Amino acid sequence: MTWDWNFVIDILPSLFRGLRLTLIITFSAFGISLLLGLIVSVFRFLKIPVLSHLLNFYVSFVRGTPLLVQAYMAFFVLPYYGIILDPVPTAIIVLGINYSAYIAEVFRSGIEQLPTGQWEASRALSLSTRRTWVRIVIPQATRPIIPVLGNYLIQMFKDSAILSAITVLELLGTGLQIGSRTFRYLEPITIVGLLFLAVSVPSSLLVRRLEKKYGTAH
Amino acid sequence: MVTLQVTLLGIALTVLVAFVAGLSGLSRFWFIRWPSFIFVEFFRGSGLIVQMFWLFFALPMFGIQLSPLMAGVLALGLNMGAYGSEIVRGTIVSRPKGQTEAAIALGLSPTKRFWRILIPQSIPAMLPPFGNLTVDLLKNTSLVSLVTVADLTWGAQTVRTNTGQTVEIFLTIMVLYYMLSLLLGQLTSFLERRFALDRKATGSVRKQSLFGVFAK
Repeated sequence: MTWDWNFVIDILPSLFRGLRLTLIITFSAFGISLLLGLIVSVFRFLKIPVLSHLLNFYVSFVRGTPLLVQAYMAFFVLPYYGIILDPVPTAIIVLGINYSAYIAEVFRSGIEQLPTGQWEASRALSLSTRRTWVRIVIPQATRPIIPVLGNYLIQMFKDSAILSAITVLELLGTGLQIGSRTFRYLEPITIVGLLFLAVSVPSSLLVRRLEKKYGTAH
Repeated sequence: MVTLQVTLLGIALTVLVAFVAGLSGLSRFWFIRWPSFIFVEFFRGSGLIVQMFWLFFALPMFGIQLSPLMAGVLALGLNMGAYGSEIVRGTIVSRPKGQTEAAIALGLSPTKRFWRILIPQSIPAMLPPFGNLTVDLLKNTSLVSLVTVADLTWGAQTVRTNTGQTVEIFLTIMVLYYMLSLLLGQLTSFLERRFALDRKATGSVRKQSLFGVFAK
């Protein structure tokens, strides 16, 4: 069996539709994980007795179990509790929750890097706790972790392919569907791989430039 | 258990690939350095699951039929090895420059400088990132279930379709994976302590050399 260019041209439009969905999933999940990660890291930092322990467990448990199993859990188990979602929102939520645990750790490192003088100065200026966090801590903690967050975004883009296992027709899912319909896997899977490369290699070069700009934080 | 078997085989292949690619990335010759660079970018740039499916579905079109287990382990080893090679390269590059200079001053050959000085010193520094990598690898072994390898996740799916006890089964395997990754974490910190270049070790080295001076 040899490479068939006509077949490639036939399947390209649907693969690009898959890529579009992959990008939508990636960016939506990234938004969720940024928000959740920030909340988790701030509450862990405040060291509220029971809550902090629960959040520590949350981070360690989510990081210690496979994304695929988490996706199955959400896809097969939630309907038992009457929560029925379409595959795509499920995928976004699972990916977002999974990466929130990693991003919480990144934020924590950013917050811990902050010199104590900043806290003391905010106290000396009698800024409220909310103002200290929103205007002093978070802006300064975010800057050095921008490249790290960029790397996680690329990682999420690649990991979103795992969600094809819960019937999401993103890039890989589309490729596999074409493969099972036409019994030709060579072209679709190869193009899928090349499309992933075409997005992630330039992005990682961009992140490397960001690292130079914002200083290496890791 | 197939998951453990895949994990162990994967770790072995990962370490091998990481050292081969990492060390050739440090080569003086561009024709060794460039292939290593392309290999690393290629395998880090496209996701593990895509690579696994490619080895499983596309490679047979070229007449190379791998067993599902082989395809899974090969993809894991090559992908994780590409990440590992950056660890190998990074830790060796970050050794203090004085070590290289001292080795040159003592007239050690480049080969000896690498194998007797730089690599033994880099191994303790490699352990923590390699520990994280093995936890990632363990979690990624769940993907081999998608190319029909009968691992833990595959087993859970089979039992689920047979018995319909979805909640119990998925909770059980989640806890199992979690315990395995905690175990790997513990193992890594044990190895870190075992191979640390700690004060005690340097103390005994100093004593030996002092003794050597006095013996003369």
